[in-house]
Amino acid sequence: MAEPLLRVDNLVRRFGGIIATDHVCLDVSKGEIHAIIGPNGAGKTTLISQLTGHLAPHAGRIFLGGRDISSFPAYKRSALGLARSFQITSLLTDFTAADNAALAAQAHDGRHSFRFFANARKEKPLRDAARAALERVGLGHRADVLVSKLSHGEQRELELAVALATKPQLLLLDEPMAGLGVTESQRMVKLLAELRNEVSIVLVEHDMEAVFALADRISVLVYGRIIASGKPDEIRQNEEVKRAYLGDQHVVVGHG
Amino acid sequence: MKSQLNVSSVVAALVVAGLVLLPVYSNLTGNIFILTLFTRIVILALSAVSLNLIMGYGGMMSFGHAAYLGIGGYAVGILAQEGIGSGWAQFAVAIAVSALYALVIGALSLRTRGVYFIMITLAFAQMAYYVASGLARYGGDDGLTVYKRSDFGGPINLGNRVQFYYLCLFCLLAVVALVWRIVNSRFGLVLQGLRSNEQRMQAIGFPSKRYKLACFVIAGMLCGLSGALLANNTDFVSPAVMYWTRSGDLMVMVILGGMGTLMGPVVGSVVFLVLEEVLSQLTEYWALIMGPLLLLIVLFGRGGIMGMLGRLNRG
Repeated sequence: MAEPLLRVDNLVRRFGGIIATDHVCLDVSKGEIHAIIGPNGAGKTTLISQLTGHLAPHAGRIFLGGRDISSFPAYKRSALGLARSFQITSLLTDFTAADNAALAAQAHDGRHSFRFFANARKEKPLRDAARAALERVGLGHRADVLVSKLSHGEQRELELAVALATKPQLLLLDEPMAGLGVTESQRMVKLLAELRNEVSIVLVEHDMEAVFALADRISVLVYGRIIASGKPDEIRQNEEVKRAYLGDQHVVVGHG
Repeated sequence: MKSQLNVSSVVAALVVAGLVLLPVYSNLTGNIFILTLFTRIVILALSAVSLNLIMGYGGMMSFGHAAYLGIGGYAVGILAQEGIGSGWAQFAVAIAVSALYALVIGALSLRTRGVYFIMITLAFAQMAYYVASGLARYGGDDGLTVYKRSDFGGPINLGNRVQFYYLCLFCLLAVVALVWRIVNSRFGLVLQGLRSNEQRMQAIGFPSKRYKLACFVIAGMLCGLSGALLANNTDFVSPAVMYWTRSGDLMVMVILGGMGTLMGPVVGSVVFLVLEEVLSQLTEYWALIMGPLLLLIVLFGRGGIMGMLGRLNRG
């Protein structure tokens, strides 16, 4: 079998006495949408942050395309094609939407940014790349609006556009639907479905309808441990998963 | 951007025009004092502009910026005393040593952030202050008199008041233009992105520290230039130019004028130093008036003077 795009090997992260990531193993193949679900506090964001390099694991290793990236800082992982969206929207709020995406493109166009004189907003390739990414998520008409003036839904879409502008191999999406209305959520699901052929996705999400509509495989994280991993149908039938979710407000839906 | 192009740019243009025409006024009225005062203002405005690059655009609250005034000044003073009178050599050393100092201090300080960054930059500047105080050969606590101003040869004569004023003004405007280019460049956008959200910038692939360090070094070099000019202006350099209150003054000038605006620090320096001058002539207790006045502007005029003017446009 070919080496998976992302392989996580026995990752451990503690916070004091709490094990937030408990020997997690995970692999994501090329072209796959791999969803990670679990109740609140299961350690999903902690896991994502270790994958992106914002948080150092205490043990275990992370491989991207067969390469051990466990000790790489966030920017290097980004250079290798790892992109993330944040659960709590994290954008450059005093910049326009286009600037946000253009900076992402600037970090990845192969030229360094120790350029002090030429006006970067007039670099056409960067602006074009930004516009393409914005149009991809349906924000083309809002390009010149300050992020702080965008609606919450638009900011969620921009999160995705910024990630796409880095031309990633693997997208780590931390609750892209968080706080979205019904129609906005549907738009996001449709968008992610379209992206399926271009990029592999790790999807952390509470919206079970979205997860079961999109995911090729699902891993269930509870108290930092992966208790089940498999195709959506297998997860739906899994007794342990049902038990873990019992009493929690997020009930696994019967049909996707 | 659009809103900047009204009241605040008009005020900025007026300030520049005033600075350009000042020697004419001084000449017509025979008021030499005002030329001396404004030479000092222009030089300190240059250091405020350089501080604004790290503080306003880079979001790094450096509380030790006056150290570069001292480094630049002592480069001129020490070289002059040792018989090297060439302005080119003196200014080159001033800028180079400032760059080196910024590189070392920056590499250490940038490991911290927030209030720790403020404290560590302050601590290093105080160290520089005490080192200068200990330079017995160069006057120690009492400071060092510069008997001969930097010699640039040719027609440039720093001994001529008007010429020196225009040289300082030229340096200030050139530095403002440089900062303007920088903030709109690739580097400048990265810098402002880091100010806005460092984690996001790392996530999209920028190694944040080296950009911040480069900014720190550039600002240090520019302030070193200002220090070299200042020593020429006063014909004297002492540890006092590096004292932490001077760093504080520079911060106040930047905040007063408007952090992260191009002309804010220039306007802030003019207002701050003119107020200081006028009030100190009125009363011995001028600080009692100055303090509350600054507090009011900072509390109620978010974004400093340029910020208030910007809001005027929107009504």
